[in-house]
Amino acid sequence: MSELTSEFLVITIGAILVNNFVLSKFLGICPFLGVSKKLDTALGMSGAVIFVMTLASLVSSLINQFLLTRDFVIGGRTMNLQFLQTLVFIVVIASLVQLVEIILQKVSAKLYESLGIFLPLITTNCAVLGCVVLNAKATGPLQSTWYGATIYGFCSAVGFALALVLFSSLREKLDLAQVPKAFEGTAISLVTAGILAMAFLGFSGLV
Amino acid sequence: MELKFIIISIISTGIIGVLLGVIIGVVAKAFAVEIDERIEKVEELLPGANCGGCGFAGCSAFAKAVVAEEAAPGQCPVCSGDDVANIASYLGIEAGQGEKMVALVRCSGDISNTVRSLYNGIRDCRSAVVVAGGAKGCDYGCLGFGSCANACPFGAIEMRDGLAVVHPELCVGCENCVATCPKNLIVMVPAAAEVHVYCNSPEKGAAKRQVCKTACIACRKCVKASGEEEHMLVDGFLVKTNYENPPSADLVEASACPTTALRVAGKHAANEYQGVSK
Repeated sequence: MSELTSEFLVITIGAILVNNFVLSKFLGICPFLGVSKKLDTALGMSGAVIFVMTLASLVSSLINQFLLTRDFVIGGRTMNLQFLQTLVFIVVIASLVQLVEIILQKVSAKLYESLGIFLPLITTNCAVLGCVVLNAKATGPLQSTWYGATIYGFCSAVGFALALVLFSSLREKLDLAQVPKAFEGTAISLVTAGILAMAFLGFSGLV
Repeated sequence: MELKFIIISIISTGIIGVLLGVIIGVVAKAFAVEIDERIEKVEELLPGANCGGCGFAGCSAFAKAVVAEEAAPGQCPVCSGDDVANIASYLGIEAGQGEKMVALVRCSGDISNTVRSLYNGIRDCRSAVVVAGGAKGCDYGCLGFGSCANACPFGAIEMRDGLAVVHPELCVGCENCVATCPKNLIVMVPAAAEVHVYCNSPEKGAAKRQVCKTACIACRKCVKASGEEEHMLVDGFLVKTNYENPPSADLVEASACPTTALRVAGKHAANEYQGVSK
């Protein structure tokens, strides 16, 4: 297998199963617990996250590649603007989500109604920022390109969606189960999330 | 040299910020969705209870329909007459107000007046009805676990001694309770009618009396007391109020209903009837 193919497998299967954003990197826990009470809302949120994370990875990696990591020389010293990464990424993601929301409202009212409430939630989601920052730090020949970063963003979001949908299905079942009084509600959800995370550890030898 | 670097960082961040701001501004203008401001105004005038009594998904959906003239403001069961008139005059359309309807629980069998068996299951009528139709001697009466009271967004249903009692002055007629009751006990009646028969069982009088002290046994005292007026209608072993021509509150006194199934709504809500077995 060539180096590129193997890295492709690492960033796709790796992002979805092995280094799952929620269950092994512990990013995006807020929506993971917040919108996982019903399968419907979980699916809506998953769709919105996949959409935004892919787009954010693309735009941010382009900005990173062509603006922030560009070296320039001042007074005989080579410098670049990489230290502005976090700041610029947050601004870019926030305005991107805003843009998508505005355009979606006009172009597809139907899609806006199903994704609309979730889009502002994602603006400050750490999973999106985390994915973008990981892209910027990546050293692999594939992931450090803009298309590799986009693939990684998409796959991370799919991993997030997988965890969210699994967890919401578990929670719907938990609603019907007889839970000891002390564990009711969030407590049993957190225990379940922990067990789910442990189950995902089983994938660790995969890539 | 260091200063120059700082200035470059500030300028480049500023440029990115301004650029994104301009892009968003331009796109927002280009893709602006025109929202009829009247919808917002009508929604403000509506009660905002989102009860669904109008048949739409909520107050905002109803406001949209009213502005599009697909619905009349009077269809909102919660709005008072003034609210409806306000909306109608704001939009310059007909109010289209219907008669105010309130919910009626057609049962007066509370715990002290009925035969019941033991039930230890989930305290919810819709669960209780699954077990042999509920743990009440009468198969048609109120189970008393308050599914309707929980469904009522306005707190108009009181659970009293195992019986759901509607307070007509609080009821807005959203019909949420009607859909909830597994016994189909709750019906909508005109708020103007005061006298109702608080019984729903079509069984024979003797059979009803064995399980409930306050059942309507169709003795027709009230029918006779109303004379030629046809205020009360006989339907098998059950008497019903004729809501086309409702009787006045005096009929309850005049007919001296032996089981007190015939009641004045306001007095029933105020708990002025005790089960009487004459």
